[in-house]
Amino acid sequence: MFYLTLRKETPFIFRVSVPIASILLTILFGIFIFSVLGYDPGKALYHFFISPLSRIDRIADLFVKACPLMIVGTGLVLCFRANIWNIGAEGQLIMGAVFAGGLALSLPDTLNIWLLPAMAVLSFIGGGLWAFLPAVLKVRLRTNEILVSLMLTYVASLFLDWLVRGPWRSPTSFGFPLTNYYPDVGLISKIDFPGIGTIGQLHWGVFIALLVCLLFWFMMQKTVFGFQVKLVGDSDKAFRYSGFNESKTTMMLFIISGGLAGLAGMIEVSANMGQLQPNISFGYGFTAIIVAFLARLNPAAVILAGLLIALIEMGGDSAQIALAIPKVVTGVFKGILLFFLLAGETLTKYQINFKYSKRRVPYD
Amino acid sequence: MIDALILTILMTSVPLVLAATGELVVERSGVLNLGLEGMMLMGAVSAFAFTYATGSLFIGLLAGIISGAVTAAIFGFFVLGLATNQVATGLALTIFGTGLSGLIGADFVGNAITGLPTLFPKHFGDIPFIGAFLSLDIVAYSSVIIVFLVWVFLFKTKTGLILRASGISHDSAHSLGYSVLKVRWCAVLFGGMMAGLSGAYLPLMLTPHWSEGMTSGRGWIALALVVFASWMPSRIIYGAILFGTITIMQLAGQARGWTIPPQLLSSLPYLATILVLVLISIRGSAKHAAPSNLTIPFISSK
Repeated sequence: MFYLTLRKETPFIFRVSVPIASILLTILFGIFIFSVLGYDPGKALYHFFISPLSRIDRIADLFVKACPLMIVGTGLVLCFRANIWNIGAEGQLIMGAVFAGGLALSLPDTLNIWLLPAMAVLSFIGGGLWAFLPAVLKVRLRTNEILVSLMLTYVASLFLDWLVRGPWRSPTSFGFPLTNYYPDVGLISKIDFPGIGTIGQLHWGVFIALLVCLLFWFMMQKTVFGFQVKLVGDSDKAFRYSGFNESKTTMMLFIISGGLAGLAGMIEVSANMGQLQPNISFGYGFTAIIVAFLARLNPAAVILAGLLIALIEMGGDSAQIALAIPKVVTGVFKGILLFFLLAGETLTKYQINFKYSKRRVPYD
Repeated sequence: MIDALILTILMTSVPLVLAATGELVVERSGVLNLGLEGMMLMGAVSAFAFTYATGSLFIGLLAGIISGAVTAAIFGFFVLGLATNQVATGLALTIFGTGLSGLIGADFVGNAITGLPTLFPKHFGDIPFIGAFLSLDIVAYSSVIIVFLVWVFLFKTKTGLILRASGISHDSAHSLGYSVLKVRWCAVLFGGMMAGLSGAYLPLMLTPHWSEGMTSGRGWIALALVVFASWMPSRIIYGAILFGTITIMQLAGQARGWTIPPQLLSSLPYLATILVLVLISIRGSAKHAAPSNLTIPFISSK
């Protein structure tokens, strides 16, 4: 059939065209799926991709939906860039929310405005700790980080479930698995634009998310830190001669990405829920993996990628309401998009050669 | 009462054994397929749909196996054909399979079918002590035989040796003249068939209906089970019964008002798996370690 050879250099056009081509192919696939299911593809695509953008407050909500994806995605970009496979962002997000929630719930009457910053720091520590475990096992014992971080996700989610049904359940929740509400100073408020007021659900967490993406983009481009990350990912040998410590870099990146996931969890709860409940994340930790790949491992592009995935999620809701298309179709779209992106990744890295073609492209 | 409990534990273990045995072969060949949950769901929905439409359990089982293999072929195309990242591709397969199975199954929610019959006459179940073991269906008994056959294949045949070699050092296997990609393709398809069969067992035996995401994390537990068994087929059976017992204890415990939090019991399989991983790493014995080329794509021209 065909075989692959490594490219010496990636044509520039590929780097730009892969994400765009993947999106277009996914839309084509969408048209196909909708036709097969007997829906009008035009209408379905309208509700999926245009309707969520048709009003300013819906666009604001798009940013709200993209907020955790952007923060978690940025952390994953760092890890994946360095060839470290942190698959447990979902669990780290939950632990971040749990740590921050623990503080907020233990100070129900506080009026201290430093509560929110303290919660942010704690959430970073919580997520970071949950990532520290697979990191230290990988560095010290060469234990597979993919498996450990994945297993810990389920432990975290069960731990939160136990907390909100057991020790942390609110006495006034009528038996529902909900904690008390956080004090007001532990909540993230909506952005109040002077003269306009609030727009949709747009809150200050979105501002933080954008800041995080840009900050890490800058660090990747302009600092020694970024150089270090790229170096450890590209080649082990060069890295060893460079004088950086590989174990330390691995630990640091794991903890940063876990910490960012934790921060995303805290923002999600403080901005949208105001209390802990069994489900605080809707697979953001896993969806952020798609975001990282869609952004081609560039933190600035994570903003766009996060918005696009948020669009698919919101489009799923609007298509379900308008046309009764089952919401699960968003999963099909996300899976297909990731397939195309990964295939595109191959095209940029390798040359595809067909075995029986007469004119073989010389490889060296 | 005890017999009924043992029977439930055995039946809960069956899909875990099936899916984990398939995944074990895949991982032994050097490929990590995180798409287990997606393949199982595709197997489950196809098995239900075909059984519901034709009334034949056999066709249902077959449909489950085939659709598991087809779903695995998508994974194989990307991971083996295009050398994509295995972790991300596996997750994509799970996201895709969960979505597509929900879409296909949307019209079947609320319908019921009759499950698989027991292999032996009903009154065999009344025999003391061994009754529960004689009240199972054909798939359950087959699962034990499959595990045995996989063990024979992996450790007593030449082809099995080649498969294990591909997982430990694909470059060596390649330089000896074996087609690493072909071996991995076969392993991935086998893994898909087993995952499909495992998924099919859920609507045909455990709960005779279809619901969205009905595997409820069994794919991930099966994945943990492979590691827990340290890539040894025989240990999959003990592990599955242990994990199955924990699951059932949690339900039984809730009903009897035990004070152990059910969430703690549910998290035991994951914690135990991490512990096993750590122990393997500490001992550093190659015999029980993960195949060293796991998740590393093979490029033949290298």
